[in-house]
Amino acid sequence: MAELNTGKSTPSVDLTPMVDLAFLLITFFMLTTSISKPYAMDVAMPDKTEENSEDQLDVADNRTITLLLGSDNKIEYYMGLLDRPIEGPTVVDYGKNGIRPILLEKIKQVPQITGDPEKGLIVIIRPSDKANYKNLVDILDEMKIVDAKQYMIGDIGSAEVELLTRENIYN
Amino acid sequence: MGKIKIKRASTKVDMTAMCDVSFLLLTFFILTATARQPEPLPVDMPASTVQIKVPDTNLGTITVGGGGKVFFGVTGPNVRVNMLNRVAEKYGLTFTDEEKQRFSLIDGFGVPISRLKQLIAMDNAERISSGLQTGIPADSTDNQLKEWVLAARLATAEINDQQMRVAIKGDADEEYPAIKKVIDVLQEQSLNKFSLVTNLRLVD
Repeated sequence: MAELNTGKSTPSVDLTPMVDLAFLLITFFMLTTSISKPYAMDVAMPDKTEENSEDQLDVADNRTITLLLGSDNKIEYYMGLLDRPIEGPTVVDYGKNGIRPILLEKIKQVPQITGDPEKGLIVIIRPSDKANYKNLVDILDEMKIVDAKQYMIGDIGSAEVELLTRENIYN
Repeated sequence: MGKIKIKRASTKVDMTAMCDVSFLLLTFFILTATARQPEPLPVDMPASTVQIKVPDTNLGTITVGGGGKVFFGVTGPNVRVNMLNRVAEKYGLTFTDEEKQRFSLIDGFGVPISRLKQLIAMDNAERISSGLQTGIPADSTDNQLKEWVLAARLATAEINDQQMRVAIKGDADEEYPAIKKVIDVLQEQSLNKFSLVTNLRLVD
């Protein structure tokens, strides 16, 4: 009797390790397919068509901060106009010990100065020819981190290049 | 006695069904996983904290790297053929059906239009190793990149009936003027919204 029983049950194989392996591979493939995709940072540039070139927006200079991206991973910033800056120009680094606390402070301050929560800080980013692409992505990322509502990328002027040269961050 | 025997047998579960299901899923994931194509111009992308993924369809990718070399690629084989037809017409060139078919399988390329035929004739490994791909000219005198982007947008609109999105994939060490040149090409076509492709930043 016992021998007969074992003879009948031999074709059944324990499939547990096989299932384990299959699930391990499934997990691997699921994760690698989603991880390998890169990320996209959306950028909107100001419209540059001819008709709008004279349509300059007038904003109070106590709301604008200009960031000049220089070489050697340095930023120079000033508030207001270049000829008569309200604050700066000062050279700072990227990241959480450099530009971030300054931006966070300004975002809090500016609506108090203007007395209107709608009129927040406007950030103008001007990359110089000596800045690299990483700098641009870093500063745009910084805008997302500090949640700056209004920012734009502009061209750098010769006076600002001079300023960078004077601070020795235009190499 | 009989009752005890039944209880012992019930502790074993039949794994066959579970094994079937798991292998079915495994097969599905292996087949849907796209094999990574070798990139014509490998770039080291900068990192950011953005968590939005790059779309899979209706996307034109402009790769900038290696000292200002510009490469271009668009998704979808039909769109690529349509784009090639448009650009060929513009420059007065003709491509055979076989060449078009081969071109539709190229993910990204970086040659002046005059050497495109030569590139199409090569096989995949040769295209990368030959050093033929010196980038698409994007100067003001000979702006071929503009033509490619325009053709790709028109082709995507015609075939998929959707707006093409543009992504710029730049090398972290690339100097800003090289990127600026590409952005200017896009802005000339009133393309003011585009994406920058980045890796995920894990630490601040």
